[in-house]
Amino acid sequence: MSALSADVIIVGGGFMGAASAFFLRQRGLSVILIERDRVGQHASGVNFGNVRRQGRFLPQLPLANRSREIWGRLPELIGEDLEFLPTGHLRACYSEDRFQMLEDYAAKARHYDLDLELIGRNALHKRFPFLGPDCIGASFSPYDGHANPRLAAPAFARAAVRAGARLFEQTEVLAIDKTDEDFEVTAAKGQVFRGPIVLVTAGAWGNLLSEQFGEPAPLAAHGPQMAVTEPMPYALKPVVGIAATNAEENVYLRQVKRGNIVYGGSRRGPAYPDIRRAYVKPENSLNQFPQLSRLVPALRRLSIIRTWSGVEGYLPDERPIMGPSAKVAGLYYAFGFCGHGFQLGPGVGDVMAELIDRGQTSTPIEDFSIARFQKVVRLSELSQTAGDTPQ
Amino acid sequence: MADPLIAIVGAGPAGLRAAEALVAAGLRPVLIEEGQRDGGQIYRRQPEGFQRGYRDLYGSEAERAARIHELSEELRTKIDYRPETLAWALADQCLQLSHRGRSDNLPFDALILATGATDRIMPLRGWNQAGVFSLGGAQIALKAQACAIGRAPIFLGTGPLLYLVAAQYLKAGADVQVVLDTAPPSRRLAALPQLLSRPGLLWRGLALTAQLRRAGVTLLRGVTPLEILGGEGGLSGLSFRTHGGESKTLACDAVALGYHLRPETQLADLAGCAFHFEPETRQWLPEADAEGRSSAQGVYLAGDNTRILGAEAAELSGRLAALAALEDLGLASDETERRRLVTDLARMERFRKGLVQAFPWPHHFAKSLPDDTVICRCEVVTAGDLRQSLDLTGAKEVNRAKAFSRVGMGRCQGRYCGHAAAEVIAAAQGVPLETVGRLRGQAPVKPLPVATERVVA
Repeated sequence: MSALSADVIIVGGGFMGAASAFFLRQRGLSVILIERDRVGQHASGVNFGNVRRQGRFLPQLPLANRSREIWGRLPELIGEDLEFLPTGHLRACYSEDRFQMLEDYAAKARHYDLDLELIGRNALHKRFPFLGPDCIGASFSPYDGHANPRLAAPAFARAAVRAGARLFEQTEVLAIDKTDEDFEVTAAKGQVFRGPIVLVTAGAWGNLLSEQFGEPAPLAAHGPQMAVTEPMPYALKPVVGIAATNAEENVYLRQVKRGNIVYGGSRRGPAYPDIRRAYVKPENSLNQFPQLSRLVPALRRLSIIRTWSGVEGYLPDERPIMGPSAKVAGLYYAFGFCGHGFQLGPGVGDVMAELIDRGQTSTPIEDFSIARFQKVVRLSELSQTAGDTPQ
Repeated sequence: MADPLIAIVGAGPAGLRAAEALVAAGLRPVLIEEGQRDGGQIYRRQPEGFQRGYRDLYGSEAERAARIHELSEELRTKIDYRPETLAWALADQCLQLSHRGRSDNLPFDALILATGATDRIMPLRGWNQAGVFSLGGAQIALKAQACAIGRAPIFLGTGPLLYLVAAQYLKAGADVQVVLDTAPPSRRLAALPQLLSRPGLLWRGLALTAQLRRAGVTLLRGVTPLEILGGEGGLSGLSFRTHGGESKTLACDAVALGYHLRPETQLADLAGCAFHFEPETRQWLPEADAEGRSSAQGVYLAGDNTRILGAEAAELSGRLAALAALEDLGLASDETERRRLVTDLARMERFRKGLVQAFPWPHHFAKSLPDDTVICRCEVVTAGDLRQSLDLTGAKEVNRAKAFSRVGMGRCQGRYCGHAAAEVIAAAQGVPLETVGRLRGQAPVKPLPVATERVVA
């Protein structure tokens, strides 16, 4: 086997690629991980850092549960905890009909082994006195939490490399060709990588590669509108989100141990995959302010010190693409996580490794097949499946 | 066609001269000033009600200061003047202006950035204690508030400001015993030919040091600072090594430190201006042509935010940038005058290069900073934390190192620690400084209260 061959060539060194590389090595497969820029530099490194299960598309919960189990074992697995804090995730609401929705969700989530605690107005304000008076109730997911996205993918990539994976950063893949047996992955600097299996984990750029195999995906790029405040004493333990009635309301926040409050939400911002940049629109920052103050009024007394964004890939049904190619044997995809991939990262890596190693996975992922974009989708079907995936 | 809207950020000598030129061309520019009063740093005005005279406040620069302040009064009704206004973001040819808790947007046809400079800092052990100020901060305390930073301050660093501020404190009655300059004495002599390009300014500088000597102040050159000492009761002293290698500790109750200046470039960065690495000063500067055009369409750079030429040059480059903007907008602009300004500025550029040679940035200190030295004060990241993070992650680029270690992630967004952090990274990883890159600018330019209300048109 030459230096540039491996059992699996992973294209895209975000969280999904790095975690897949790690778990493939755990299973003894040889791995080459290729990243155009630096590992975890794009969506994986700039997102909110939510390790949240509640509120997800219900059939995604088995995957989220599997991932959550790995989050709890990170130090023994990769030697770092990624600042994961299982503080609980609080999903508040401002109206009775949203509370009803939270109740319905909780009832259904129980079938997926996710126990949520519903909290009425009085108990809520007693237990979480920082919430604003408009909050009339909430759903609490006690074992969810948050972690530091800047550390996640690089730590998984380092662990994968320690376990024998070969990492090529600043290596841009131009084309993937399928020869008789192997794939040939050609990079801009002229390297050619060969292997029987290719996994595309290229985030907002994933469709550029799937297209080469006749499997285009209607992937759109958006930028999350993130910001962080100056530090204040660590007091706000759970991640706080809102079961919103409109996009403006939909802000989410968490306090890191250092004391800063990280937040994002409301409207998405512009992202430009071709220049690999995304921006925070100043007016979006200003529009977030009243929503933050409504959710946690004490934030009005703080200043923000930094805003940032990153290029995220979204699909029209707000679900990722994950699983085998529908057309090419040996080709696999895991991209387009629609702004909710961070919690899933370790689980996606584990499931993709299992799928590649065993040809099947014990966790259902059929809903995320790329094949769903190869058929005509009826309008009624689309409106039914448009997932409610608030933060 | 309606008159083009030209916005100027910064009402110091560069911004005011730019406004003057635009008013003369029949325009009514918007002049945005973050502080309460205009004048910039060198010609900073004292608060309303203070009674000190120009000679007391500005010394040899009294007449220039008076002329700038008179100009500002004259312009007041002819421009759209916006004091106490922070230009906190810039996107899509539009500034975001925050004033007294409200934020409005200002679309512009041309933008002149005259945002000045701040102190360039190399940390040392103990610099994060109360009682340690930057040289510029120490000067502002005196000039604006008539307050000294201590009774017996030590002045440490290098650059013209080191001697100027020490002399100002002496004149104000502080017990100034010593000025510690990290520049080796030989560098002055080597820089002399270039410094002679502005004999008047060179003379004023020499007169300052002579004045300090006459007053009995010890001027030490080529020193290596070691530690600022102190405890619960405040600062107690400063230890350093002399040029001859002898270790010494001197008592003090305050320290003012700085290693010349660095441009304030956040808005230029947000505007998408290209930057270049200047090897002599070991820093990234926004690119500008001879007349002040940045690489971004319609964005002009004037004064010390491009390169540190000083207040006199800022007046010229401010005017020049305005004339260049007028030219580009197809309005009357005197080409002969522009050529003359370019020539004058070239002479000042020679002087700047001389200063850079005489007062070098002591980058070599970064390598030997003890691990417990705080680099990033905002996030309390020590040299050891940073080096450990580099060892673990292999980061060789400053934004990457920031993501992993939090260096430069706090309130000042790396404005004070960014240069030192980059030097620590370059030294620790054994790579050239220019490959380490520079911290990317992100809004807000300064902390922005969550209570800020959006003005909806």
